[in-house]
Amino acid sequence: MTTTTVASFEIKYHQYLDANGKPTKDIPEFAKDMNIMRELYRDMYKLRVFDAKAYALQRTGKMGTYPASLGQEAIGIGYGDVMTQEDVLIPYYRSTGGLLKHGVTMEEILLYWGGDEAGSNYSVAKEDFPICVPIANQIIHASGVAKAIQMRKQKRAVVTEIGEGGTSEGDFYEGINVAGVWNLGVVFFINNNQWAISVPTDIQTACETYAQKAIAAGVEGIQVDGNDIVAVREVSNYALEKARNGGGPTVIEAITYRLCDHTTADDASRYDDPKVKEEAWKNEPMIRLRKYLEDNKAWSDKDEEEMKEKTAKEVDAAVKAYEAAPKPTPELMFDHLYAELPEMTKPQREAAIKRGAK
Amino acid sequence: MAAITLIEAVNAAMAYELDNDPDVVLFGEDVGKNGGVFRATDGLQKKFGKERVIDTPLAESMIAGLAVGMAAQGMKPIAEMQFMGFIFPAVDQIFCHAARLRHRTRGRITQPLVIRAPYGGGIHAPEHHSESTEALFSHIPGLKVVIPSNPSRAYGLMLAAIRDPDPVIFLEPKRVYRIVKHEVEDNGEEYPLEACFVDREGSDITLISWGAMMHETLQAAEKLAAEGIDAEVIDVATVSPIDMDTILESVEKTGRACIIQEAPKSGSVGSEIAAEIAEKGILNLLAPIGRVSGYDTVMPYYRLEKQYMPTVDRILDEVRTIMEYK
Repeated sequence: MTTTTVASFEIKYHQYLDANGKPTKDIPEFAKDMNIMRELYRDMYKLRVFDAKAYALQRTGKMGTYPASLGQEAIGIGYGDVMTQEDVLIPYYRSTGGLLKHGVTMEEILLYWGGDEAGSNYSVAKEDFPICVPIANQIIHASGVAKAIQMRKQKRAVVTEIGEGGTSEGDFYEGINVAGVWNLGVVFFINNNQWAISVPTDIQTACETYAQKAIAAGVEGIQVDGNDIVAVREVSNYALEKARNGGGPTVIEAITYRLCDHTTADDASRYDDPKVKEEAWKNEPMIRLRKYLEDNKAWSDKDEEEMKEKTAKEVDAAVKAYEAAPKPTPELMFDHLYAELPEMTKPQREAAIKRGAK
Repeated sequence: MAAITLIEAVNAAMAYELDNDPDVVLFGEDVGKNGGVFRATDGLQKKFGKERVIDTPLAESMIAGLAVGMAAQGMKPIAEMQFMGFIFPAVDQIFCHAARLRHRTRGRITQPLVIRAPYGGGIHAPEHHSESTEALFSHIPGLKVVIPSNPSRAYGLMLAAIRDPDPVIFLEPKRVYRIVKHEVEDNGEEYPLEACFVDREGSDITLISWGAMMHETLQAAEKLAAEGIDAEVIDVATVSPIDMDTILESVEKTGRACIIQEAPKSGSVGSEIAAEIAEKGILNLLAPIGRVSGYDTVMPYYRLEKQYMPTVDRILDEVRTIMEYK
């Protein structure tokens, strides 16, 4: 049977720093600026300390369920570093790095996971969506936001993020498909941390890569070493610039490893292989960036100590603010349901207020 | 002023607001050149362009999710579901996001969107094209569910739905899309949401209905008048949140109530109205509340459709039973 190839594709993999922080090819210009690189290192460290603190708050009954980003810090910090305030972030539950970079405060994030809607009323990132918990819904929101931006002829990028397991959802394909057909300015980040709670990637898909799922939507798909902040920031910058300038969407699969549990409610030791995890620790993003900084004589033990001290203060202050936040009052269950509360519901509001915070 | 059908009124209201407000955008499957499978959007793409009247890929969750994203940016999307039977993939987006975003963000992000869908039986349509599932949406806090029963109401309520700052599920009773014409002035005047309409005043019994069933209900009221029973007829129109004050006032006057709906009986909008009457007006009742509804069964294929749907006769039988109660 004679056939003709009518379409073909390839997925490019991007890496600049190996696990030892050694360049694998010519590094981009920004990575030669040690001020930028030091700041990225501090940001990743801050996220790690914040995560540990959040875990401790949950374990001591001071906060609810929390999903950490341990080992995956380079993703959110990387794309977050190239977002401007005009860009819009549509986060999911493991987008803490991106949220922090985009101006959402630690106190707000703690309030969210501490069970208070006030945590989603962002004081700075006014147009960013609250964290999306149902899997993959956010992918379509990103396309909807980008459609509004496109109709208004604005030069703003939309960034969203999803776990690799989430790409099995219909909403993932529906969202990237419409972004492709309408040429919307969205950057879809896939955090491929190898686990969807306990389900590994080989049970999730028969695809060789998650990036190639983009091809079925006519969208550019890129794979990046998600533990290499230089690579993540570089492809993010490319994709965001493209999004802002009418170049359309990009799907970026960032390969990393979830070194933490899915959330505080999970126990990864039930399914994760300790040997695999031990290897993954050698690959994590902070070690290689520190080595890179040291190789460039841009980081010292003193810098490390100063960073630790400063970050501890900053995170502690956020925790104090979180703990001091006023308890929400019962009428808040009703006051933002509609612009105006229906007559039918008003007696319920009164009853809730009367019962008070008992 | 021209006499127009319900579907023409929907079209006219959307056209008015597309013209009036640059943030209004309309999209869905086949809404563009084809003008919608029922022609609700006929001519709108030609008039307002492909930028504002948009054919989407075929995916209901995507249509609803796009509306969520666009509304979050302050646009006023009108999204069409081709049939209510196909709305279920979109329910995730409607329940989890459209209904909740204002609440979840303490008012920071709002959802001024409309999701339209033709609904209900009676047109010999294929499977999944005839259900009345308004109760599913009525149950969800944060949504408004609006059902026009005639052309003038379709025009005024659609304008109100588009202008409303919160998400509105706008259900169009397709059986009556073209059965009557009203003189409707295309003046951009809206009708209030969360308000019942008293379509016939009476003193003996309150008949409460909405959507296509209003037509059977009004016919029944005329026949009852010939028997000496003076029925008041209320069109609920906004089935969530319900204007219970109007209903309770009427029941206080008549002492009797009968609810007529096409949807299955259990856990329905009718159930809620009956419960509210019982809770707040039971001492005004001279007889138990009556209900005429679709049966608690799967909407049958169309050969049994007539047997499923409430008829004028079924309404008359139920009202006579209520009137005879001692």
